[in-house]
Amino acid sequence: MLADRINQVARKVPTWAVYIVSLIPVPVLLYMAQTGGLGREPIGALEHKLGEIALQLVIVGLCISPLRRFAGVNLIRFRRAVGVLAFIYVLLHLLVWAVLDVQTLDRVIADVIKRPYITIGMAAFVLMVPLALTSNNMSVRWLGPVWRRLHLLTYPIAILASVHFIWLSKGFQLEPLVYLSVILGLLALRVPALVKKVAA
Amino acid sequence: MAHRWKNTLTRADATPLAAYMNRRQIMAGAMGLGLMGAAGMARAQEAEELVPSAWEDITQYNNFYEFGTGKGDPARNAHTLTTEPWTVVIDGLVDNPGDYSMEQIMDAMTFEERIYRFRCVEAWSMVIPWNGFELADLLTLAGVQEGGKYVAFETALRPDEMPGVRFPTLDWPYVEGLRMDEAMHPLTIMATGIYDKTIPNQNGAPMRLVVPWKYGFKSIKSIVRITVTEDEPPTSWNKANGREYGFYSNVNPEVDHPRWSQASERVVGGGLFSKRQPTLMFNGYEDEVASLYAGMDLRANY
Repeated sequence: MLADRINQVARKVPTWAVYIVSLIPVPVLLYMAQTGGLGREPIGALEHKLGEIALQLVIVGLCISPLRRFAGVNLIRFRRAVGVLAFIYVLLHLLVWAVLDVQTLDRVIADVIKRPYITIGMAAFVLMVPLALTSNNMSVRWLGPVWRRLHLLTYPIAILASVHFIWLSKGFQLEPLVYLSVILGLLALRVPALVKKVAA
Repeated sequence: MAHRWKNTLTRADATPLAAYMNRRQIMAGAMGLGLMGAAGMARAQEAEELVPSAWEDITQYNNFYEFGTGKGDPARNAHTLTTEPWTVVIDGLVDNPGDYSMEQIMDAMTFEERIYRFRCVEAWSMVIPWNGFELADLLTLAGVQEGGKYVAFETALRPDEMPGVRFPTLDWPYVEGLRMDEAMHPLTIMATGIYDKTIPNQNGAPMRLVVPWKYGFKSIKSIVRITVTEDEPPTSWNKANGREYGFYSNVNPEVDHPRWSQASERVVGGGLFSKRQPTLMFNGYEDEVASLYAGMDLRANY
């Protein structure tokens, strides 16, 4: 069976490999930004790419438990790495925005307060911080059942991040709406009544 | 050069197009004829600070949603647009309504180069050496009637040639408008070229509006219709989001876009570590156009 084969291969993949592969875009994007590969105005393009990868990793993270539940594909070993990687990309996205784009601290603060789409983007980042900090075995043991509940914050984070994307886009665009729909779909799979229906 | 808009040339001065297309020849010609006094020299010197952006920046970093919402999409996709033949309908409150071919328009107009600042509402900017003619001359050719208070513009809508219009990003076709005094202002031009070359499709071929003191989206591209109206015409971005994009859309560092500050801008082409520069009131054309808005509240009429 396909699921079993995937599980067999996945068991052999070390998690550090996931980190390395997932971080390859960082130097590649920086190189492209410097050499014109991201277009004539690299700051905005780099900012956008990093944010997009972060959102994609959030979605990958949300796929892991439905994949196990509905398809029998067990990638749970990689969920922490995916979450931490999403955080790293959000952090880089935030740094490019603040340092290269907005450039001064007072303008960063003004933007966070005055611009709702930035406020919610920042809220998503702030909510990610405790998740990133507790992504280690010690925290899992120390927090016990609280850890599980704390990490349910992933759901509001995913929604905030996709709304942030819709809000910053000019006009009525398809791409950010696709992200929100996928996220809402993946969250719907966690509603107990629906879980029963799909599983049955 | 940018301030060389006090047009001392009329259609009667018509010189071969090639001569007009060369800025150095115009300078030499104008000075030789003694048309440029000391004030003109001072203006020319002051304007030397405006360094035109690279051709690649101007032609590869575009907003032209009919060809896609990505900045590189127009340069990638706009080659499919057929710009010859091209006809512009001029109608509404004009004496000579009808279909005007591009050849007809080009033959009748006086061409010159205008090096203008170009400020996008997204807080980036360029300096562009346009080639074109004053919109006022075209409107005069059409004969604006007494009741004509506004000018409405419309962009071509060709789903076969414009992949971006297959999705309702905006309410197609793209429409824009100016008040008559703005349209008649000598700074307002119709551009048909950049850097003495035919304007590329992604920049609005074969003919686009350029209103240098307003955000770039007012400068509607690939125009197929010009209508003189009595009432303020609808504009695409105002229809899409009226709270963020007003009819006037004058560059104003003091009035923020609701989603970002307009106080500063980044010049395209500066690379990854380019510094922002302060945005100028009316994009630096305050002396020339501020009087158009005397008595108006620029926060209410944004």
